Amino acid sequence: MVILLGILFIILAPLVGGLLTGIDRVITARLQGRQGPPVLQPFYDVFKLIQKESIQVNSLHRFYVYLSLVFVVFTSGILLVGGDMLLAVFALTLGTVFFVLGGYSTRSPYSTIGAERELLQIMSYEPMVLLTCVSLYYVKGSFFVKNIIAKDVPAIIYLPGVFIGLIYIITIKLRKSPFDLSTSHHGHQEIVKGITTEYSGRDLAVIEITHWYEVIITLTLVFVFFATSSVLSRVLAVVACLVVYFLEIVIDNAFARYKWQQTLKYSWIVTGVLTTLNLIVLSFFH
Amino acid sequence: MKFVKKSPWIIHYDGSSCNGCDIEVLACLTPLYDVERFGIINTGNPKHADILLITGSVNEQNIPVVKQIYEQMAEPKIVVAVGICANSGGIFAECYNVSGGVDKVLPVDVYVPGCAARPEAIIDGVVKGLAILEEKQKYARKKN
Repeated sequence: MVILLGILFIILAPLVGGLLTGIDRVITARLQGRQGPPVLQPFYDVFKLIQKESIQVNSLHRFYVYLSLVFVVFTSGILLVGGDMLLAVFALTLGTVFFVLGGYSTRSPYSTIGAERELLQIMSYEPMVLLTCVSLYYVKGSFFVKNIIAKDVPAIIYLPGVFIGLIYIITIKLRKSPFDLSTSHHGHQEIVKGITTEYSGRDLAVIEITHWYEVIITLTLVFVFFATSSVLSRVLAVVACLVVYFLEIVIDNAFARYKWQQTLKYSWIVTGVLTTLNLIVLSFFH
Repeated sequence: MKFVKKSPWIIHYDGSSCNGCDIEVLACLTPLYDVERFGIINTGNPKHADILLITGSVNEQNIPVVKQIYEQMAEPKIVVAVGICANSGGIFAECYNVSGGVDKVLPVDVYVPGCAARPEAIIDGVVKGLAILEEKQKYARKKN
């Protein structure tokens, strides 16, 4: 039953993720005073890329991207069926690391710079992701998503600071500006799409689908903070996810890009201070 | 389904243009014309692009550059020559260093006239190119 549910979620996740990406592009366009593409544009892009020729630089760089997709799908599967958050987070990291290796394997300077910046981004957000899991365990006594959301009080009541820290790093994880260091939003910027520079056709489509899964994974982490055993709270949690996603789009459009030094420094300061304070305060009442 | 018609990604190369056609190409991306409505994105990366948009004539120095960009693009791909310089060399055709229009080097699929080419004309040219792109995709599939 759990496996069937997992397969269902794994099929649904990219559809919802793609739709959210499409809505992202429309809202971005509206914020810039444009009409914007159709909501289904990301799907058109991916179907087009699948039909195109994929140029292979070497045998490995394609392999890494598919491996990255496998681990990200594994992560979303675990999270969505209510599995172990810690395992999910490690699998997600592994997926990103394979993506970085894909960037390194092509030996293109743009791709290498993108891979190096992606590593710095991992360094910036990874401590906070682990701290989120640890904090949730501290409050709820379990690493399993299904146990965390089965309690009566939502985690956000105990962990507002950790939640704000999580929102901060979601921007890095979704590679939105000001943190779009590794794969710049627009291909005509200085690193011409960073890690994805050398990918074309079907491989690029796989990267895009991986990103859809990542959108769902990050929003699931937001969901965990709001959901409790009651149905109403789960509806509210979905609304909270949408609000957070909208906030990310606004931030994306309102900021210029940070340098990697700023990314690393600010993310560690913000998440470190917020999480530590939150946990110290909590330890007095717990 | 021919999805290439719904998301044509463009790479834009400025040969030896006076920048007049260039800013018209970029004007297409601005809120007034907003070509992203049709799924068109300015990629700047030949491996992601479907359409090579060239402004300005080719000269001895940029021939290898233009050829390299074209060769790096994934099939199916088309070339759109924007402006009179890219079509035939324009008023610079007789210059000692100018080789002529883009068709001296690459197979051009659509010629967009004008000095400078108007954004409407450029969008029109790209849309004309989409039909050719679709044909090329059909042919590529048959070959496979």
